Amino acid sequence: MGWFNIYAAVYNEEHKEILDLSQRYGKEFIWILATLVLAVFIVIIDSRFYFFFAYFVYAGLMLLLLLVLVLGKDINGSRSWFEFGNISLQPSEFAKFGTALALAGYLNNRRQELTKLKVILPAMGIILLPALLTALQPDMGSTIVFFAFFIVLFREGMSPFVFISGILMVILFFLTLLVDNFYLEAGLVAAAILLSWLSLKNLRIWLTGLGILILIGGLLFAFDHFVVKSMGSELILLITIVLTGIVYAYYIYSKKAIALLVIYLFLLGSVLYVNTVDFAFNHLLKPHQKERVEIMLGFKSDTQGSGYNVHQSIISIGSGGFTGKGYLQGTQTKFKFVPAQSTDFIFCTVGEEWGFLGSLTVIGLYIFLLIRLIVLAERQRSSFSRVYGYGVVSVLFIHFFINIGMALGLVPVIGIPLPFFSYGGSSLWGFTILLFVFLRLDASRTEYLV
Amino acid sequence: MKDLYVNRKYSIIAFILLVSVAIIIRLFIIQVVKDTYRLSADNNVLRYVTQYPARGLIYDRDMQLMVSNQAAYDLMVVPAQTGKIDTALFCRELGITMDFFNERLKAAKIYNRKSPSVFLKQISAETYAKFQEKIFMYPGFYVQPRTLRKYTKPVAAHLLGYISEVDEALIKKDPYYKMGDYIGKLGIEEAYEKDLRGRRGVKIFMVDVFSRVKGSYAGGAMDTLAVQGSDIISGIDYDLQEYGEKLMQNKTGSIVAIEPKTGEILTLVSSPGYDPSLLVGRIRSENFAKLQADTVFKPLFNRAFMASYPPGSTFKPVNGLIGLQEKVIVPSTEFGCSNGYHVGSFTVACHSHFSPLNLKDAIANSCNSYFCQTYRRILENPRYGSVAEAFDKWKSYLDQFGFGKKLGSEFSNELNGIIPSSSYFDKWHGKGGWKALTVISMAIGQGEIGTTPLQMANMTAAIANRGYYFTPHIVKSIGTDKRIDPKFTEKHIISIDSTNFEAVILGMEAVVNGGPGATARSVAMNDIIICGKTGTAQNPFGKEHSVFIAFAPKDDPKIAIAVYVENAGYGATYAAPVASLMIEKYLRDTISVNRKWLEQRILDLNLVDSIPEIEAEH
Repeated sequence: MGWFNIYAAVYNEEHKEILDLSQRYGKEFIWILATLVLAVFIVIIDSRFYFFFAYFVYAGLMLLLLLVLVLGKDINGSRSWFEFGNISLQPSEFAKFGTALALAGYLNNRRQELTKLKVILPAMGIILLPALLTALQPDMGSTIVFFAFFIVLFREGMSPFVFISGILMVILFFLTLLVDNFYLEAGLVAAAILLSWLSLKNLRIWLTGLGILILIGGLLFAFDHFVVKSMGSELILLITIVLTGIVYAYYIYSKKAIALLVIYLFLLGSVLYVNTVDFAFNHLLKPHQKERVEIMLGFKSDTQGSGYNVHQSIISIGSGGFTGKGYLQGTQTKFKFVPAQSTDFIFCTVGEEWGFLGSLTVIGLYIFLLIRLIVLAERQRSSFSRVYGYGVVSVLFIHFFINIGMALGLVPVIGIPLPFFSYGGSSLWGFTILLFVFLRLDASRTEYLV
Repeated sequence: MKDLYVNRKYSIIAFILLVSVAIIIRLFIIQVVKDTYRLSADNNVLRYVTQYPARGLIYDRDMQLMVSNQAAYDLMVVPAQTGKIDTALFCRELGITMDFFNERLKAAKIYNRKSPSVFLKQISAETYAKFQEKIFMYPGFYVQPRTLRKYTKPVAAHLLGYISEVDEALIKKDPYYKMGDYIGKLGIEEAYEKDLRGRRGVKIFMVDVFSRVKGSYAGGAMDTLAVQGSDIISGIDYDLQEYGEKLMQNKTGSIVAIEPKTGEILTLVSSPGYDPSLLVGRIRSENFAKLQADTVFKPLFNRAFMASYPPGSTFKPVNGLIGLQEKVIVPSTEFGCSNGYHVGSFTVACHSHFSPLNLKDAIANSCNSYFCQTYRRILENPRYGSVAEAFDKWKSYLDQFGFGKKLGSEFSNELNGIIPSSSYFDKWHGKGGWKALTVISMAIGQGEIGTTPLQMANMTAAIANRGYYFTPHIVKSIGTDKRIDPKFTEKHIISIDSTNFEAVILGMEAVVNGGPGATARSVAMNDIIICGKTGTAQNPFGKEHSVFIAFAPKDDPKIAIAVYVENAGYGATYAAPVASLMIEKYLRDTISVNRKWLEQRILDLNLVDSIPEIEAEH
């Protein structure tokens, strides 16, 4: 229960600040009281309830996500809120809980089977459905949070290849925007050549393959240079790869060289991906989205327009220095230079008033909480509880990473709250339910073996 | 069932730690390594509002307030902080056009996006009051209180000077000044700028993102208080100054009156002048251009010390004094005069009067012949080896009177005047190639001599003091500690015996109070003995200038005065009455009934067809 104290301590510290920061404190306090009541209920309810009703909860919340698209209130261009009088509810915050529950329910008896496509696909479906529904609101922040559940899948046996290629895709994405595409693709070809050497270890065959590549490439280049004159080096490279692949296909087929096939497909895939990203970025993204990405990558610095939030956020955190300006002495946050500072940019207050030491403490507490949760999850005897525990870890981690990363200008501005810090009743409830249900499951881990 | 993937928890933990380390490194760079963010934060929050001290007041010698302050408000803008505002409403409230708005904002952006520049100068108190209530609607704008000058009477513009905004050249030269600051120009305002301006203070406020003031920074500990400028008590007699300007209406010329005992300038008139309030506030630049455009009468030109005239006959007392001191004459020395001074075919003409005459009568009658002969004796004094040597001795006396150089008053643009040295004539005529007769016109204050009215008034004061003077100055004391530049209390002693002064003063007394032939009999008063000397300054461009120097009372001189009325003819005709009226006004405060006609004559006198009136735009 150590993490509970942390939660309380950290929370109180921040909520005092909110008290002095804005009138939102009043509402927040009611939420906190309600949260306590809620926590009591969660603890009272038998842990088997969560197990048996996992799919119902999930289904109910998905219905709410659908309903909010129709009945929700339009705030800042997205329909993600229900409004009942004074109180607004954001179903996506609870959907995270539902998804964790459903995923746990689904994987409970199917552990160790995540290598099979027929198991992987439904699991992915459970994750992607709420991701899709929130993307329709649109609420990109929540959408990204659901993708964090892939961490759970990884823990439960899904091939790390999915993650590696996922991460590689992200890296390639940024490289596409940063580096000239031709050089990037040439680099990929070089990497593939290197990898195939490691796979083949046969100089003659390797050199033959290389020769074929250079020959085809050279011919195409000459063809373009003397006849067509307008193909462009990127297209030449793509055609070269495709044509070379046809030649290689014979060798691969006859020798059953699977490794080589993988390398080749990987190369082809990434080259196509690079081209797709390039096209999507330049033609599909809306200007303001493009701008946000560009600012984050440092292509552009616009301190007044789109970059204003991040710029001001970094100023306020940076001005905190090593020890901070002292409690309630933060001028940047107090005078509202940072927008959304009680929600998405709450970390600025910490950074400015408590400085590096304070920020480090907060980050340390999160790391401790996350690792503690992993340890707790690992000690569960039922895989339902463990999967659920990892679901909690995934959600908290992605919130922690994106929220603080955004305040520091490490990731693009994606509006998601910092767990237990940011103002907002729905998110507080969401996180509380998420955590307390796990608590409940942990408390009864010896009672039932579900 | 065995959990095949239990070790994957380490990968997950490692991943979490990796991400956290990235965050911490970034945090460390932002918070600890770089300190630029603290500066940016201060730029965001701190608003430095300059506290302009009230400029020192200026009083006259009787503690009559001459120059005071009035409140004005400058609307400032920080372009980087401006947001979306209701421009139409903004313009309507300030009574400006949209074009003006855009133009000013553009100018401010060009100057500096992040620091304040003046958007609209000197808005009225009423506009300010209305505007202040809504200022929160206009981020980036704020009002800076200023003080403007206010003048009790529309006189003494040349003496007082004016204040104007500093230009870029000056900001570069003196870092104290910032864009939009005011600085004294000319007169007392310029000479005593450092005393009058006081010291600027700064108040540091914290503002929020909408530029609303949220309180003072660090409880005001970093604020500096503005120190009010020192008040200045001038030696000017405000009433006399006003009277002098009144007498000089419709005439060009100047009056300089000095208190001989102190060197304080009582009055300094340069006519035509202008109303000093023409150069206050928003109308300043426009009016200044108009005044500057008047090239005929040059109202901005201060004739009292920027114009050099040949002194004419008013120079004779000095030559008499030098003659006596050099012992080439004694008071009873008599020279004959037959309508002039004749040497062979060489003639310096004179009017007809009795002959021969002594020094006193020569001064009273302004006899040219007498002073030519005296001057010739000075230059041909056997004590000196050559005329040139004697000439330089003569010049050394003039030096002591303050001729041919700046007197050193507060006016930085004082003219030197011209007193040539022997080398000047050596150059023209060759060494030894010139004689006393070559330069004889200087005997009667003509030829290569140029003096300013201020220098003539100073000479008169030296004569009144019987041999010394204090550098003329306009300021009596500065600030509460009544300080004054020590150079103004330093006595300049002239190496001529006071008995010689008495002899010349007798002649000057006779100029006004003497019998028949005295050149300024008409301005004599019964009970105040005025000692004076008429003069006519040659003017190559038209009618001669009427000049009169005088001091009074004879035995306890309280005022020494030099009056120049341009293009007026003989000194006795116009300059002498002006001087006499000024003396009476100063000593008795009113003009006696039996001299009202004289006053009226001067007031009615119009020597200029029409001085273009400067339209005052208040």
